[in-house]
Amino acid sequence: MEELKSFVVGSFTDEKVLFPAVKNVRKAGYKIHDVYTPFPVHGLDHAMGIRETSLHTAGFIYAITGTTTALTFMSWVFTKDWPLNIGGKPNFALPAWIPITFELTVLFSAVGMVLTFCYLCNLAPFVKKHHFHPRATDDLFVMVIECTEKTNDAEVQSFLQTAGAQEINIQEVETGWWIGRYDREQKLYKEEPGY
Amino acid sequence: MSLLKYESQQREPLVDGNKDYHQVTEDIIRPIEMKPSKLWYIGFFISVGLLLFGVYSVYREVTYGIGQWNVNKTIGWGWDITNFVWWVGIGHAGTLISAILLLFRQGWRTGVNRAAEAMTIFAVMCAGQFPIWHMGRVWMAFFVLPYPNSRGPLWVNFNSPLLWDVFAISTYFTVSLLFWYSGLLPDLATVRDRAKTKFRKMFYGVASFGWTGSTKHWQRHESLSLVLAGLSTPLVLSVHTIVSFDFATSIVPGWHTTIFPPYFVAGAIFSGFAMVQTLMIVVRKVLNLQDYITIGHIEAMNKVIVLTGSIVGCAYLTELFIAWYGQNPYEWYAFKENRANLFSPYGWSYWLMMFCNVVSPQLFWSRKLRRNITVTFFMSIIVNIGMWFERFVIIVTSVYRDYLPSSWSTYYSPSIWEIGFYLGTFGLFFTCFFLFAKYFPVIAVAEIKAVLKTSGENYKVKMSDLEKADAEKFYQEEVGHGHH
Repeated sequence: MEELKSFVVGSFTDEKVLFPAVKNVRKAGYKIHDVYTPFPVHGLDHAMGIRETSLHTAGFIYAITGTTTALTFMSWVFTKDWPLNIGGKPNFALPAWIPITFELTVLFSAVGMVLTFCYLCNLAPFVKKHHFHPRATDDLFVMVIECTEKTNDAEVQSFLQTAGAQEINIQEVETGWWIGRYDREQKLYKEEPGY
Repeated sequence: MSLLKYESQQREPLVDGNKDYHQVTEDIIRPIEMKPSKLWYIGFFISVGLLLFGVYSVYREVTYGIGQWNVNKTIGWGWDITNFVWWVGIGHAGTLISAILLLFRQGWRTGVNRAAEAMTIFAVMCAGQFPIWHMGRVWMAFFVLPYPNSRGPLWVNFNSPLLWDVFAISTYFTVSLLFWYSGLLPDLATVRDRAKTKFRKMFYGVASFGWTGSTKHWQRHESLSLVLAGLSTPLVLSVHTIVSFDFATSIVPGWHTTIFPPYFVAGAIFSGFAMVQTLMIVVRKVLNLQDYITIGHIEAMNKVIVLTGSIVGCAYLTELFIAWYGQNPYEWYAFKENRANLFSPYGWSYWLMMFCNVVSPQLFWSRKLRRNITVTFFMSIIVNIGMWFERFVIIVTSVYRDYLPSSWSTYYSPSIWEIGFYLGTFGLFFTCFFLFAKYFPVIAVAEIKAVLKTSGENYKVKMSDLEKADAEKFYQEEVGHGHH
């Protein structure tokens, strides 16, 4: 039997209200499970204390893998495995290999990054996830706060109301990957310029 | 937060009308949820008809051989490779809009990028047909791939531009598809979450990969888009560069030209933007999206057309000059007699190309004409005819008279199956495009929402009041209340 967890869900209609709300909720010590938005709201990840993504680093690693694969393979083919005499030109024809090397660099990086992205975000066809609010992909900014034993649900609800949320409710959800897990991603709130 | 990015009143709004986030969703998603119009059915069935004609033409070619085409001993490429280069070129505008304009932070790209990227993918699909079926024994097409084989293994020639093409086109197709589809995920989720019918719930549920809109996912999504844009930018330049190498690395007079890579890339963007105009002018009207694809968008694209058209014109004149200045009699003959001489067998095609690509786009120096939809529509067709003839001129006029005058006699004109193959790719392109316009959001919904409050008409009006306010106060209230 899966464990049930309860969440307080509050929706915001304006990102201008959402930002101070995120700040206040974190300041009060509540744990934001996630905020679901219909479009990328710049700076929200920072306001929520989510660390930067390293996806681009992965992209770079895939890219150099592509470069090395292309260069080593072509060198091996043309100098070791089957050296062809093409008009007496050198077998190690580096300038002529630049186009293919470049293409494989781009190909490896793009494919690798997209697969990594899908893996990290648990995105794939036929994947079913828990959606806290259907309008999170339309026009609402949906803040989901995790309730622990110590949390007073009513208190969180009224807190969200003061913060400007509309449509506040409590949802019980089976825990698992389908609700997303970002414990390792989030930093604790601290007063610093920029929040 | 709403004004993290301040935009001047001088700039035209990117989204017209009094819109909020929900209205944006409604406007763009509604066509997907409605029954297609009669016009859609007519267009779709014409496209499928053309596609079937193309399939039959290719069937003839595969069954009876390349002899079904009128290509001959000196003109081995003819219409087939002309069409290949033309379609690849058209694809380039999509990547330019989605990637290069993203890096340049051009806000107007959001209205047209989704459809332009779709156009890229379909155009590259069409382009790929030509070299594949031109192989003749198409069942051996896999020979172009470097796989361990029982013939040695005898590998492919990595020094050959034709093989570079295999890698360039397939990489281009893959990366464009990934870029397009990863951008589509959030919008497909929007369609899923408002779906009423069982089919739509299932189809968009599967297609949206379970997207939720989580902040962490958006953060990664942004990073992914940016890096894919960074990768696509040199990629798109490399693709047409490599296509031009198919010609430029040869020693055929008229092909052996160092100017080809930049000239081909400019031409590709030129024809691609023309195709985007043709499609967008129809799409905005049929799907009622005039608020999102505004006259401002059309004008911006026309500016690109006049710029790239002029670059292409410069290139034509430069290669003509160099052919004369270079003092190579064969090179000069190819340009002077095979092309520029109006009374030579193909002289008409050279001057048609000159007129369509160099002269006619100059109309777009006039702001009035740039913002005229009818003029833009006709111009977009003229440009694409011109760009088709550019490739025809390069391919045919360079080889129809080779070094052996005894093989000069034949006047090359295509057979019905050659034309049928070309029409068939139009069928493929438009069949795909009609399906896309019906089942997918033709405008990037999430991206429009992200720029709505800086560039939407109703928000810009609010901004003019703010502009009058004290600058310090303005900054504190609107820009400076958070996050770096």
